[in-house]
Amino acid sequence: MTQPSVVPALPEPPHDELELLLRLGDDRLVLGHRLSEWCGHAPILEEDIALANVALDLLGQATLFLRRAGRLEGKGRDEDALAYFREAVEFRNCLLVEQPNGDFAFTIARQFLFDVHAVVTLDALSRSTRPELAALAAKALKEAKYHVRHSGEWMLKLGDGTDESHRRVQRALDELWRFTPELFVADGVAARLAVQGIAPDLPALRPQWASIVRDVVDRATLTLPHEVSHSPHLRGGRSGMHGEHLGHLLAEMQIVARTHPGAKW
Amino acid sequence: MSGAPATRPTREAILAILDTVMDPEVPVLSVRELGIVRDVSVDHDGAVTVVVTPTYSGCPAIRVIEQDITSALHDAGVEEVRIQTVYSPAWTSDWIPDSARAKLKAYGIAPPTPVASTELVQLLRAPRTPQCPYCDSHDTEVRSEFGSTACKSICWCRSCRQPFEEFKGI
Repeated sequence: MTQPSVVPALPEPPHDELELLLRLGDDRLVLGHRLSEWCGHAPILEEDIALANVALDLLGQATLFLRRAGRLEGKGRDEDALAYFREAVEFRNCLLVEQPNGDFAFTIARQFLFDVHAVVTLDALSRSTRPELAALAAKALKEAKYHVRHSGEWMLKLGDGTDESHRRVQRALDELWRFTPELFVADGVAARLAVQGIAPDLPALRPQWASIVRDVVDRATLTLPHEVSHSPHLRGGRSGMHGEHLGHLLAEMQIVARTHPGAKW
Repeated sequence: MSGAPATRPTREAILAILDTVMDPEVPVLSVRELGIVRDVSVDHDGAVTVVVTPTYSGCPAIRVIEQDITSALHDAGVEEVRIQTVYSPAWTSDWIPDSARAKLKAYGIAPPTPVASTELVQLLRAPRTPQCPYCDSHDTEVRSEFGSTACKSICWCRSCRQPFEEFKGI
């Protein structure tokens, strides 16, 4: 009679689709929160309303992606539990979206770089082999096209505006450029999902993103920054390695839910 | 059998009730006219399922709309109401029929223009000049693509010097 061999418990296999949903949801949750910080502070009333509207769309998209993430995870966490009761290391957003607002030009440049990434990736994701994911992407894409029109037209106005607006938006572009390679890095999760047709092949989308960005930057009389090296420190967001800024953002976003857990209003 | 309701409502009767449920942010249009209600079914024991689609992912009115639908049907004697949310096909303002567009205009909101472009990034378009819902002039400008609710933009009429809202084409 053979003794049953002791098999060590295998680590939980990585759940690629859950990771994908957290990345999609967290990008939008964090950027939506950043934009909401402008509410009551934007340079003109119309922009105050516009940034709050974009924030609302992004929070709505985050809700849908994180709700699905919670269901897939199967641990009883809904979108609110995921938003308010995870720590910074559990967030999967890219580093670009957690960068503080800076001035209006900085916010617009950050938004433009993200919005172009959003239309390109959501368009591809709307052809996912997962019908539920394709549906959410197709819906979000309509909103993203509206957003990129807003941020893109502001890039043109600021770049081709006054000396000061040109200087400020160029500075923003130069500072933010180092965070853009992360948007199209295919780590193990992204690569496996692409093979299965669940998510798009990110590196293959980069030329389309770059060509749209270059076109707007040229027309805005701005200068495209030089390619940056793929420093691992500038692409840790997808695996939970964030800068100090995310912790501060989460502290503000999560404090009410954590102080009064289960509160309803 | 004892629990079966005396009469099982017809699908048409349910649709007629939903015609009276108005959108909370655009109260001249019903949830059917806006295209939020996609389908209705009545099962054999009288339970009603209403299939809805949200206009915008973050539309704060969608919960109110679901509650309004449920309570209107409860008031009409339907005991069991299920709301089912679908995201595909994604909602478009193109679903708003001409009759409803006329109601929007009469309410002071310029109706949405048809969604024509399939371009991903469409910049530097010729400025849009939506028709003023008050004086019918096209001597207008879009002041902001974003307005008081997710579905409206802010415009200005140079002719009658009035601000007005436009339903966004999406």
